[in-house]
Amino acid sequence: MKFLRNQLDKVKHNFEKGQKWEKYYYAYEALDTFMFAPNTTNDVKGAQIRDAIDLKRLMMTVIIAMLPCLLFGVWNVGHQHFLAIGQASATLGDKLWIGAIQVVPIIIISYGVGLGIEFIFATLRRHPVNEGFLVTGMLIPLVMPPDIPLWQVGVATAFAVIIGKEAFGGTGMNVVNIALTARAFLYFAYPTDISGNVWTYLGDGQVVAGYSGATPLSIAADAATTGTNVLTSLNSFGSVWHEGVYTFSNLFMGLRPGSIGETSTLMCLIGAFVLVASGAGSWKIIVSVFSGAYAMGLLLNLIGGNAFMEMPAYYHLVIGGLAFGAVFMATDPVTASQTERGKWIYGLLIGLFTVLIRVFNPAYPEGIMLAILLMNVFAPLIDYFVVSANKKRRLQRATV
Amino acid sequence: MSTAVAETAEIVVKKSEPLFSKKNKKLITNPLDIDNPITVQVLGVCSALAVTTQMKPAIVMAIALTVVTASSNVLISFLRNTIPSRIRIIVQLAIVSLWVIMVDQLLKAYVYDLWKQLSVYVGLIITNCIVMGRLEAFAMGNKPGPSLLDGLGNGFGYGMILLIVGFFRELLGGGAIFGFKVFDSLGLHYQGNGLMLLPAGACFIVGIVIWVQRSLNGYRETH
Repeated sequence: MKFLRNQLDKVKHNFEKGQKWEKYYYAYEALDTFMFAPNTTNDVKGAQIRDAIDLKRLMMTVIIAMLPCLLFGVWNVGHQHFLAIGQASATLGDKLWIGAIQVVPIIIISYGVGLGIEFIFATLRRHPVNEGFLVTGMLIPLVMPPDIPLWQVGVATAFAVIIGKEAFGGTGMNVVNIALTARAFLYFAYPTDISGNVWTYLGDGQVVAGYSGATPLSIAADAATTGTNVLTSLNSFGSVWHEGVYTFSNLFMGLRPGSIGETSTLMCLIGAFVLVASGAGSWKIIVSVFSGAYAMGLLLNLIGGNAFMEMPAYYHLVIGGLAFGAVFMATDPVTASQTERGKWIYGLLIGLFTVLIRVFNPAYPEGIMLAILLMNVFAPLIDYFVVSANKKRRLQRATV
Repeated sequence: MSTAVAETAEIVVKKSEPLFSKKNKKLITNPLDIDNPITVQVLGVCSALAVTTQMKPAIVMAIALTVVTASSNVLISFLRNTIPSRIRIIVQLAIVSLWVIMVDQLLKAYVYDLWKQLSVYVGLIITNCIVMGRLEAFAMGNKPGPSLLDGLGNGFGYGMILLIVGFFRELLGGGAIFGFKVFDSLGLHYQGNGLMLLPAGACFIVGIVIWVQRSLNGYRETH
C-alpha cells in the first residue's frame, strides 16, 4: 500500500497545471481517489456541516443491495448447469465454481469497458471521473444470460455508456436507464444470443434426456397458442429429468434459468429492503410496479381469452425479470419520475405495460425491459403534468 | 436531363456575376457542412432512415434526389416571376413530380432491382422536405444559375450523409461494403449487428454524425 502511495506521489507533479501530462490530470486524480481516501479537508473557517451521503456512498449502498442477487445468481448459474447435465447432486462448491467462471468475466468486461470509456470522456471533457458507473457496471452483468459472448458484453457496455450517457452529458443526465440500454442493444443487435434457449449455461456437458431450456415465460406463451393450462404446464415441466422445476415456490426462490441476477424474487426483495431502508430507492416505485403488474394480470384474468391471459395474476410477479426490474431498474433516481405522485403513475404504468407486452406481443417474451425504457422516456412528461396539476389546484384556492 | 443542365449553364455564363463566385461556391460547400439538410436542417430524415441499409440504394437515392432538386430548382427559378404566389406550392409540386416521374421511370428501365429495393421512396421524393424547402427558400428568389448550384449542393449534402450512414449500416449490419463481404474476404468471421439493419440503427448513426460534426465545426443552435 505504502509503495503504491509513494509511486502515485512520485508521478503527481507531472499532472499538475503547466506540467507535461496536465491533460490527464483527471485520469490521475480518479485513480488516486479510487485507491486512497483524499486527504483534503475543509477550511477552518466557514460551514463544516456535511452529509455523509454523497454519490459514492449512494452507489455503494445500491451495490450492497445487489449482492444477494449476485451471489444467488452465481450459485444458480452453476445449479442450473448441473441440473441440465443431470448431476443434481453436485456440491455447493462445484456450483459456485461453475457459476463464478461464467459470471466473473462478464463483470470484469463490463467494468473494464465502462470505466475505460468514463476515463476517456473525463479526460477529454476535463471533469473528475464520476462514480456513476459503479452501479451500472454491476447491473449490466446481472441482466445478461450466463453464456453471453464476452465481446458482446463489451460492445453493449460501450454503446450504452457512449450513446446512453455521454451523448446526453454524462452521469445524471441520461434519459434512459443505461444498464437496460446495454441489454436492449444486445436484444436488437444479436437476438440469437439473448433470446430463445440461452438461459442455462450448458458448457461441454451432455444434457440429460428430455431436457428443455424453456423459461416460464416461453411456456406460458406456448400455452396461449396450444390452449393448455399454464399452471399444469408449469408444474409438470421437467417431470422427465427433474421433477417440479417451475413450481410457484421454486419460481419465487429463483431456482430457474434466466439472466444471471433476475431469477430470484426473494433476493430482489431483500435488495429492495436494503434500498428502501437506506433511502436509496423509492418504495413507491417498487410497490407500484408490482401492483401495476398484478392489477393488469387480474384484469386479463377477468377478460380471459387464452391460456396466458388466464394465468393467475400472482405468477406474473415471480416469472421473468419483473422483480429485478422493479427493484433495481425502475427505481434509478435519474430516469424515474421525480414527483411523489408521479412515481406512483410511473410505476403503475411500468407494471401494466410489462404484462401487456408479455401477454400480447409474441415477439418479446419479456416486457419489463421495454416497459421501463418506455416509461423512462415518459417520466419527465408525467412530472410535468403532476406539477401543472398542482399549480392549477393551488391557483383555484388562491383568491386573487 | 443533361441537355437541360447544359442550357442553363450557358445562360448563366452571360450574366454579369460569374457562376463560381465566392458567394456561389458557398452554395455548394455550406450544405456539406454548416447548413447540411439532414444534420442541421433535419429534413429528409425519413428517407435517410429507409434506404440506407446498404450502400447501393443509398447512392442511387442520393443521385436521384440531387437530380430532382437541381432540375426543379432551375425550372422554378426560370418561372419564378410568372408563378402566382397564391398557387405556388401546387405549381412547385407539379414541377417536382415531373422530374420525380422521369427519374422513377429511368431507374425502372435501367436498374430494376434497385428500383424495387427503393420502392416507394423514389416516388416520395415529391414530398421530400429538402426539395420543397429549396424551392421555397432559394429558387423562388434567385436566378437559375445559383439555383442550380444550390440544388446540387443540397443534393450533395444529403447524399454525403446517406453514404456515411449507408456505409456504417452495411459494414456493421452485414459486414459488407457495396455487397462485398469485407470481413469474410479477410478470413474473419463477422456476426451481423441486427440493430444496424433497423431504422433505429440509422438514427443512432445520424446522431453520432451530428455529434462529430458539431464538435468539429462548433455549430450551436441559436435560440
